[in-house]
Amino acid sequence: METVTIPPELEAYWKALDCGFPRVQPVFEDCMKEALTKLSNDGIDAYLEYARFLGKMGRGAEPILIFLEEWPGVAKILGEDALPAVIECVRRMYKSPNGKAITPFLQSLPSVARRLPTQPQLQEYLTLLLDFMERTTGSVHGIHQTFPSPGLPEMFKQIPVLLAQLSLGGLTAWVDYGVRYYGDHPERQVEYFSLQSADSRAVLQRERHGTLLMDNERKLDMYLRSLWQEEDLLIPYSNTGEELHKVIPYFDKLGIRVPDVYDDARGVTGIDRYRAVLAHIVAHRRWTTPVHADNMSPFQRMSVECFEDSRVEYLAMREYPGLRRIFLALHPTPDEFACDPEKESGVRHRLTMMSRALLDPNHVYQNQHIKNYAQRFNDLMQKGDSSMEEMADLAVSFVARTRRQSDQLPKTHFKDTEIDYRDDNRHMWLFYEDSDDEEMFDEKRQQAAEELTQGLPPRHYHEWDYNNQSYRPDWVSVYESLHPKGKASDIDKLLEKHSALAKRLKKMLDMLKPQDKVRIRYQEEGSELDLDVALRSLIDFKGGSAPDPRINMSHRNDGRNIAVMVLLDLSHSLNEKASGSNQTILELSQEAVSLLAWAVEKLGDPFAIAGFHSNTRHDVRYMHIKGYSEHWDDEVKGRLAAMEASYSTRMGAAMRHAAHYLEQQQADKKLMLILTDGEPADIDTKDGRILIEDARMAVKELDQQGIYSYCINLDPKADEYVSDIFGKQYTIIDKVAQLPEKLPELFISLTK
Amino acid sequence: MTMDKDQYKVSNQPFYQAQGDEVTLYEAAYAARLPVMVKGPTGCGKSRFVEYMAWKLNKPLITVACNEDMTASDLVGRYLLDANGTRWLDGPLTTAARIGAICYLDEIVEARQDTTVVIHPLTDHRRTLPLDKKGELIKAHPDFQLVISYNPGYQSLMKDLKQSTKQRFTAFDFDYPSNAIETEILSKETGIEKELAGKLVKIGQAARNLKGHGLDEGISTRLLVYAATLIKGGVDAKAACRMALVRPITDDADIRDTLDHAIDATFA
Repeated sequence: METVTIPPELEAYWKALDCGFPRVQPVFEDCMKEALTKLSNDGIDAYLEYARFLGKMGRGAEPILIFLEEWPGVAKILGEDALPAVIECVRRMYKSPNGKAITPFLQSLPSVARRLPTQPQLQEYLTLLLDFMERTTGSVHGIHQTFPSPGLPEMFKQIPVLLAQLSLGGLTAWVDYGVRYYGDHPERQVEYFSLQSADSRAVLQRERHGTLLMDNERKLDMYLRSLWQEEDLLIPYSNTGEELHKVIPYFDKLGIRVPDVYDDARGVTGIDRYRAVLAHIVAHRRWTTPVHADNMSPFQRMSVECFEDSRVEYLAMREYPGLRRIFLALHPTPDEFACDPEKESGVRHRLTMMSRALLDPNHVYQNQHIKNYAQRFNDLMQKGDSSMEEMADLAVSFVARTRRQSDQLPKTHFKDTEIDYRDDNRHMWLFYEDSDDEEMFDEKRQQAAEELTQGLPPRHYHEWDYNNQSYRPDWVSVYESLHPKGKASDIDKLLEKHSALAKRLKKMLDMLKPQDKVRIRYQEEGSELDLDVALRSLIDFKGGSAPDPRINMSHRNDGRNIAVMVLLDLSHSLNEKASGSNQTILELSQEAVSLLAWAVEKLGDPFAIAGFHSNTRHDVRYMHIKGYSEHWDDEVKGRLAAMEASYSTRMGAAMRHAAHYLEQQQADKKLMLILTDGEPADIDTKDGRILIEDARMAVKELDQQGIYSYCINLDPKADEYVSDIFGKQYTIIDKVAQLPEKLPELFISLTK
Repeated sequence: MTMDKDQYKVSNQPFYQAQGDEVTLYEAAYAARLPVMVKGPTGCGKSRFVEYMAWKLNKPLITVACNEDMTASDLVGRYLLDANGTRWLDGPLTTAARIGAICYLDEIVEARQDTTVVIHPLTDHRRTLPLDKKGELIKAHPDFQLVISYNPGYQSLMKDLKQSTKQRFTAFDFDYPSNAIETEILSKETGIEKELAGKLVKIGQAARNLKGHGLDEGISTRLLVYAATLIKGGVDAKAACRMALVRPITDDADIRDTLDHAIDATFA
C-alpha cells in the first residue's frame, strides 16, 4: 500500500492518534480536516483520545476508521459531550464477549443520530442496547458470560429501517419482545433481529407510528364509495425506509396499491394523505384515457404525465374544492433558482415547478414558459374537461420549448421534486410492442402461484401473554374444515338407548317452548279494556272511593331468541375410559351432544357444533360438525358419529374462531358452551399458565362481543384452574357417566 | 254531532316540487276514491305531498302518526269513563270517515300488523267501518279517502305490511329527487343560493352512496332543508352541515369521519 505523508500541520494530531494501521493513514488527512471545522479544541482532544483507544482495542482497523469518519458529523448533531456515553457503551461491549458488535454499532451511529437528535434520547437508546446485550449474552454455568449476543450485531444493521418506522418506545417494545421469546434460541433470535421472521415484522407493524392502513381501511372504502362511487380493493405495500427501493402508489386490475402506513406530513394528517392518493387515482380512472407511448421520448412522457396529473386533479378539485387545500400542502414547491442548469439536469425541477404552477394559481414563478403554459392550461380547462390528447400536445410542446443541453447530464436535481401522493401513471400508457420488462415476467409468475392455492387458508389469531400483558400478534394459525363423515345410524342408536331420558327432556322442553302471546293485565295504557277491572273501578268510583285507573290490558310477545354454539374439545385425553364406566369420555360426549342437539332442534334455537384440537400454535384444527343453517339430519349425525380424539387443547384460539361465527348470528342472546375434559395445554408451550390466561382473555373478549361463554368440565381436578378462566360460568361434572343426562338439563336451565 | 271540518283543512299552500306526474295520478286516484299508499325513504317528501294534495283538492286532512303502542281503538275510538258512566269517543279514522276527510296514516308499518287490519273494510268496495264495541256501522262519507305511507327501507320481517293490506292500495314510489330538482327544492324552500344548495345536495349524495354499507338511510331531503335553514340563519356552512347532516344519521366513527371529510372537500 502506498504511504501518504501526513501534512506538517497535522503531524501533532497524527502522533496523538498513535495508530499503526496502514489503512488509517490515507484517510486521516480528510477526516482531520473535517473534524477541525466541526469540533472545538476540547472536542478534538477527546476525538483523538477515543480514536486511539479504539485503535488499541485489538479489533482491527474497522472501528477506528469508522469512528474517525463518522464522529465529526454525529457530534455536529448530538453535541460533543455525547462522546463519553458512546465510548462507555463501546467499552462495555469490549469487556463482554460482544466485541464483534462494536463495528456495526459505530456504523449505525450516524443514522441513529439523525433519528434521535437529542442527548436524552441517545442515552435512552444506549441504555436499551446495554440492557439488550446483557439479557442475550449467554453463559454456560451462570457465572461468566461466554457467548456473544446473537441478535445485537443483526439489529445494528437494521437500525436505520427500525428507527425510520418506530419511535424509541416502539423500538424498546420490539426489542423486548424479541429478547423475551427468542432469548434462548440463537438462530431464531438472529432471524427476529434481522427482520426475517414473520412475527418480527408483525410486532414491528404493531409498534409503528403513523396512520396505519389496516386501521383505516373501512374509512377509506367509505371514502371511495361515498365521494367517488368507486369500489376497489386497497392492497398495502411496505416501504422499508430505504430510499432506493421506494414504491409509489399505483393501481392495476387487482386493486389500488397504497403504502401500509402514512405519517402526518406538511400539516396534512395521515388519513388525508391516503385520501389525496385515492382522489388522485380515482380522478385518473375517471378522466384519463391511455395513449400510445412508443413514439415519445422519456422526457416527453414525463411531461405528458405531469400535465395529465394536473388535469385530473383540476377536475377532481372542480368536483370537491376542499381537495385543493390537501393537494397544495402536499405538493412540493421547488425554489425557482435552486437548480443550476449548468451543472445538473433540471428536468424534474422544471416539471415540478410547472405542476406546482398548474395546481396553485398564486404561484410566484417568474419563468415565462411556466407562466405561459399555465395560462394555456387554464384556457383549455375553462372550456370543459379537456382530454389526455390535448394535454399530450401541450406537454410535448412544453418539452420542445424548454429543452436544454444540460437535461442529458447524469446528475439530476431531485430536491423538492417528489410529489408523493401521485401514482406512477403506469395505466396511462399503451405500447404497440411488448417489451421484456421485469413486470411482464412478474405477471406470469403470479398466475402460477395462484393455481397452487387450494383449501381454506388459515386464519390467524393473537394470543394473550400474561407475562408482559400484551397480545402476541397473529400467533396461532387456525385451519378450519368440515368434519369427515361416519355412519349416521350410530347416533340414532345412541338416542334410542337414551329414549327414557329423551322423554323426560321432552316434557321439560314443552314447558320452555315459547308461548308467543302473554297477557299483561292492570295497565293504565293498553291495547284493550279489561272489562272485569273496569267494572270494579266504576263501582268504586260510583261508591265514592278512588277508582283504580289501571283498567286496560295488553299483550307481550314472549319468544326465545338464543343462538348457541357448542365447542367440543377433541384432544387426545378424551380417549381415556371414564371412571366408573366402561365407555370412553369421547363416547359419552358423543351421546351427550347428540341428546343436546336433538333437544335444541326441538326448541328451534339456532345451533352449531364444532370440535377442535391443536398440534402446536401452527396447526389448530377447527372442525365443523353442524352449522347454523343445517338441521339435525343424517349429514350432521354422520359427522358426529365420526368424531375422533387426538392432539392437544389450545382453547383460546378455538374460542375466538367459534366466536366469529356466533357473532354473525342475529339473536338477543348468544351462548357458547365449551365441553372439555382438562385444562388448556399444547406441546409447544412450556408455561401452562399462558394458555390458561389466554383462554381467560378469550372469555373476556367474547363477553365484550355479547357472547356468554359457559364451560362444562369433565376433569374432577378442574377446580384449580377453571374458575380462573370462566369466573363463575362453569359446571364440573364429576361423574362423567351422567354427562348425557346432565348436558341437556344444564342447557335448559341456562336458557330458561 | 257537528264537527268543525275546517280545522282539518290545510290553510296555506305548502311548497311541493313535483318530481313527475304524481300530482295528476293522485287526482285521478282521488276521483275514484281509491286508497293510496305512498312509499319511500324517510324525509323524501311523502307527508309534504299528501298535505299538498289535500290543499289542492281542498279537503280536510287528518294525520295519524303510527307507533308500536297504537291499538285498533286508537284509530277507531273507545269508551271512556265519565261521571255518568261511559262515553264513546271517535278515533281519528272514524272522524275522517264521518266528515269526509283524507285520513293519512303516517309510517303505518310502525303499528302492529293486527292493528292495521281494522282499515280493511274502509279500503274496498264496502267503504264501511264497523264499530263493534259500539254496535254501529259507519258508512264512509263520499269524500273520505285513506292514504298510508310506508318506508320499505327497513328490510325487516317485523316491519312489513301484510299482503292483504298491501293489496288494497294503489301506490306511489317516492325516492330522493334528482340533483337538479333537489337543488331547486332547497333554494325555494329556504331561499339559499343555488350554488350553496348544489353543494348541500352533493354532500347528501355522498351519504346516499353509503346506504347499505354502514348507513341504513342516506341524508334525507328534510335534513338538507334543515342544514340550509341553519346556514340561512347565519351558521357557518361547515358547522351547519355537521350538525344537521352528519351527527343525526350516524354514531359510527368511520362514517362520521368520511362524511366530515366530504363536507370539508365540498366547501373549500
